Amino acid sequence: MIWIVQNLWLVPALPVFAAGIGALLRQRDRMAAATLAIGSLSVSFLLSLCAFLHVLANHGGQQVLTFNFRWFQFGNEWVKLGWMLDPLTALMLLMVTFVGLLIFIYSVGYMAHDDNFTRFFCFMALFAGAMLGVVIANSFLLLFMCWEIVGLTSYLLIGFWYNRPKAAAAAKKAFIVTKIGDLAFLLGMVWLYAKTGTLLFYDGGAGCLEHSALAHLVAQSTVLGLTASTGIALLIFCGAAGKSGQVSLHVWLPDAMEGPTPVSALIHAATMVAAGVFLVARIYPLMSAQAGFSLTPAIALQVVTWTGAITAVFAALIAVAQFDIKRILAYSTISQLGYMMMGLGVGGVAVGMFHLITHAFFKSLLFLGAGSIIHGCNGEQDIRRMGGLRGLMPITFAAYAVGMLALCGFPLLSGFWSKDEVLRAAHAWSTSQAPFYLGVFGALLTAFYMTRQVYYVFGGSSRLPESSRDLLQTSNSTNSSHVPASPHESPAVMTVPLVILAAFAMLLGFIGTPAWPWFQSFLDGKQTTFSFAAFYGFGVLPVMLTSSLLVFVGLGLGWWFYERKPVGSANDVDELDKLQPLIFTFLGHALYVDALYGATLVRLNAWWAKVCDWLDRWVWNGAVQTVSYLVLVVAWLNNFFDASVVNSGFDEGCEGVSRGGQILSLLQGGQVQSYMAVIGCALIALVMFLLWGAKL
Amino acid sequence: MIAFPWITLLTTVPIVGALVLLVLGGRNKNLARWSALAFSFVALVLTLILWRHFDPASGSLQFQERHAWISTLGVEYHVGIDGLGLLMLLLSSIVVPIGMVASWQIKERVPLYYSLILILQACLFGTFTALNFFHWFIFWELSLIPAFFLIRLWGGPRRTSASTQFLVYTMVGSITLLLAFIAIFLATKKFDFIDLAALAQNGQLMPAVIGKLAWHRFTPEHVALFLFAGAFLGFAVKVPIFPFHTWLPSAYCEAPTGTTILLTGAMSKMGVYGFLRILLPIFGAQMQVVLTPLLWMAVATIVLSAYAALAQKDLKRIFAYSSINHLGYCLLGIFAAVKFTGGDTALIAEKYAAMNGVFLQMFNHALTASTLFWFVAMLEKRSGGLRGLDDFGGLRKVAPVFTGLMGIALFSTLGLPGLNGFIGEFLIFKGSFPLATWATSLSVLGLLATAIFILGILQRVFSGPLNERWAGLPDLTAGERLALAPAILLMFVLGLYPQIVLGAINNTVMQAVQHLQF
Repeated sequence: MIWIVQNLWLVPALPVFAAGIGALLRQRDRMAAATLAIGSLSVSFLLSLCAFLHVLANHGGQQVLTFNFRWFQFGNEWVKLGWMLDPLTALMLLMVTFVGLLIFIYSVGYMAHDDNFTRFFCFMALFAGAMLGVVIANSFLLLFMCWEIVGLTSYLLIGFWYNRPKAAAAAKKAFIVTKIGDLAFLLGMVWLYAKTGTLLFYDGGAGCLEHSALAHLVAQSTVLGLTASTGIALLIFCGAAGKSGQVSLHVWLPDAMEGPTPVSALIHAATMVAAGVFLVARIYPLMSAQAGFSLTPAIALQVVTWTGAITAVFAALIAVAQFDIKRILAYSTISQLGYMMMGLGVGGVAVGMFHLITHAFFKSLLFLGAGSIIHGCNGEQDIRRMGGLRGLMPITFAAYAVGMLALCGFPLLSGFWSKDEVLRAAHAWSTSQAPFYLGVFGALLTAFYMTRQVYYVFGGSSRLPESSRDLLQTSNSTNSSHVPASPHESPAVMTVPLVILAAFAMLLGFIGTPAWPWFQSFLDGKQTTFSFAAFYGFGVLPVMLTSSLLVFVGLGLGWWFYERKPVGSANDVDELDKLQPLIFTFLGHALYVDALYGATLVRLNAWWAKVCDWLDRWVWNGAVQTVSYLVLVVAWLNNFFDASVVNSGFDEGCEGVSRGGQILSLLQGGQVQSYMAVIGCALIALVMFLLWGAKL
Repeated sequence: MIAFPWITLLTTVPIVGALVLLVLGGRNKNLARWSALAFSFVALVLTLILWRHFDPASGSLQFQERHAWISTLGVEYHVGIDGLGLLMLLLSSIVVPIGMVASWQIKERVPLYYSLILILQACLFGTFTALNFFHWFIFWELSLIPAFFLIRLWGGPRRTSASTQFLVYTMVGSITLLLAFIAIFLATKKFDFIDLAALAQNGQLMPAVIGKLAWHRFTPEHVALFLFAGAFLGFAVKVPIFPFHTWLPSAYCEAPTGTTILLTGAMSKMGVYGFLRILLPIFGAQMQVVLTPLLWMAVATIVLSAYAALAQKDLKRIFAYSSINHLGYCLLGIFAAVKFTGGDTALIAEKYAAMNGVFLQMFNHALTASTLFWFVAMLEKRSGGLRGLDDFGGLRKVAPVFTGLMGIALFSTLGLPGLNGFIGEFLIFKGSFPLATWATSLSVLGLLATAIFILGILQRVFSGPLNERWAGLPDLTAGERLALAPAILLMFVLGLYPQIVLGAINNTVMQAVQHLQF
């Protein structure tokens, strides 16, 4: 057994261990907590690098290396867990540890003024460990467990500033919305377990993602004529959709921006929200399983595609009309997650994963940039009150611009290549062209809303109100002397990670171009060949040109609306608002999905709880009370009958006897004197009588 | 080892403790508390010795003691434990000290209070080890007396009605149970659970009953169902199952919190234990006949109680309903395992999973629910008895350790993987899903509602701006942290390595399930 495979568990275990120690540290052990978290993640990163190099060296050989072990038994069976190393795992490990490490370092600067600095690193380390656990898991059960713990840390970190009611509410909402998806996931998992008898992905031919199990699954039909594999895949996809904020379960992600910005960058942009995409990629054999050969893709994959495509456009539309810098990025994340799902649906693992990896870099870059901006503007998050930061925060601006262009899909930057892969695969999809057009429209919107945001934040002149310059950064901060009065560039501990991420956002795309599809071959286990001829393949250049053109149109529109006439003051009405106030308001309220849920599901839930409570108090308890009252009534009647009817007759008799007895009892007073007296009287009477009688 | 009457000794220890406390109690409250705790520790050590010497490979009854008692009535003193009994002894021995420590703030009639707890513990031990109906029933009924007085004498403002309802309701169930067993006795002249189970296995039990009792025009099936209903009611009230649960919220709520721990941690398990030890082996066939309504009762128990918890404002009432909800999962697993499956070996494996889950869930619930009520007791001690959901706010700021540790217990209730609650629920769902697909699918609503009210507690009590009234609220003291540490540690241990419990019970579970294959 290869050393790195056998010890791969150390990668997640080290940060979890660091979190365990961090939990026991005192609040003032700040440096110890940060050192522990960063140190453990560095070691994890090095181990991930070893794992990656191993997979690279092993390229073309055995794709999946596993290590399984017994956990607990029931009946004659053992529940087994295990971890695995394959190209997908290796890539994700490297991405999560590297991006995580940069964000951890950045957090040292960002959270410097926070009282709960120690706790923050404890939670972050726990998150990193759980996320890495999701990545290496070779068992649905282990994956689900880590998945839930990831959800927990997300909850803890969104609600990190717990004294803000909004943060506490957002944390709760995030947990519950994702929990809804997770419950479907749980059902899918137990269903799969029942059908295949194992939850291990790969187990030397006996795993649930391997041929024999899948053949068994596609052969069985269940409700609505779906095969068991489709039913299971769809249930599990619900879990993925919850975590990855796909439409209908996306409502938690924008609210999750209440958490500290490094949390948004790491958890709600780069890693955790991508876990849903990763899950679909991990169980791709199950998602794509169907009986025999068929020209149409598996139903589960069609659902994934449509969900992704709709999400991509839906969230991009909303992002156009937002004013909170982080909410724009949050909707952008949802939209990009939609692209990833669509990529998985139409093009397979490599397409979706490529966008996941590039997105992780440029989106965490954008979030960290936003964090730097918020930090520099003393906690201001409304883009209408920013402006003119280009000169004040030059490094942040440069990095942010790179991230923004990469996200838009500006030619040659990383987002361009990965988004292009998605669109090209959508173009070639056999079922429908609609996802392709949705994707293209989404690309246009992306370029537009990011340009809008950048002009708002960096263009024009500063609109930061005087009053907010004196505000503390957060209500948790105690040390106000560190907060300067005007917008300023962030310290090096924050800007250096930005620059590194920017470099990756620029260059990372070159590992997966059509000419040199190293990334795709790496995942598929094929050999990479370099050939410019690939550009002339079917649909490659047309799609590329279309998407580039649309990016420029989007950028141009942004320039047209927001640069020609720079925003003058914070109270100016948005240009789009002037143009289409109705649509803008509608989009600004995120299409009122939250309101809709609030009016229906949330209310239904509360009403149902009330009904249950009412049933309990009045119906069930009422029945019991009624019975007990009936018993009491019977008892009272019985008593009445006894006392008044039966007893009164009896009592009368008794009274008579008693009275007689009382009189008689006078004769037996127990007093010897009276007995003597009576005897004496009687004696006298007797004597008198005898005397009298003798005379007669 | 076999010859030594370990179980009798175990049952005697708390009785002796209670007597000592009553006789020597006097005025020294601390002496009473510590000596009661010492006796419960002796019991814990004895249980651990039993665990140490228990042979998990056999899974059948061990440490048996059997002595003739009233031979004309078929009454013997017959005790013994298998994996189930051992688990129940362990959880009682763990829950009782927790209840005692959580009752530390009780000021009145302390020796009496603690001796009642010890008597209750003896009754629990007696119930969980007895194998003859006669003395099993004595312990079963006797346990009500200390519980009643604990609620009646030290309870909250509405303790009178709560304790009366608790006593009377449970008593009604017990009477129907007793009648059913007297009928069986008249027919078979047997009170021994093992003998009766063997008769039921052979299919001789109910024909014998109908043969002896000769109720005209009733078929054996009807009589059997009638007797089953009687026995079922006794356990259904105790667990409790919807809709026989209404005594529980007010009893849990009005009882002093230390007593609530005993009620939820140990006494609620008596009902589930009854299902496993008595109903399944003796009335398994009848349960199969009425399986569908039973499954729906389990679903109602799970879902309606979780939602009822969502509407409560009092922490103790929330946890009371949550307790019903968690035992509902046990019932779901039991009922699913009863389902007739013929010789399908794959489904028998699912039954193993469900039943292992049930056992584990009982233990986990005892641990978690006791710990949660313990936290409520500590909160009440600090707030002067307040425990409403809206009485606090932002406590995390002043009591971070309290929040953190209670958070762990809350998430364990919620079924977070890595903590003890998850494995039991997972096994129950895993096993029940293929056996009772729709009932299991609906039951996840209970998990959702649980998540909502648990997070609601965290949000309303611990998050948000600090309620100024509690600015001086002290965090956990070093002593409290030390006392809590074993419970919290156990949650992690069982969550990460459940094999320590499952390994001890698995063979018992397998035997129980195999007996169900009629």
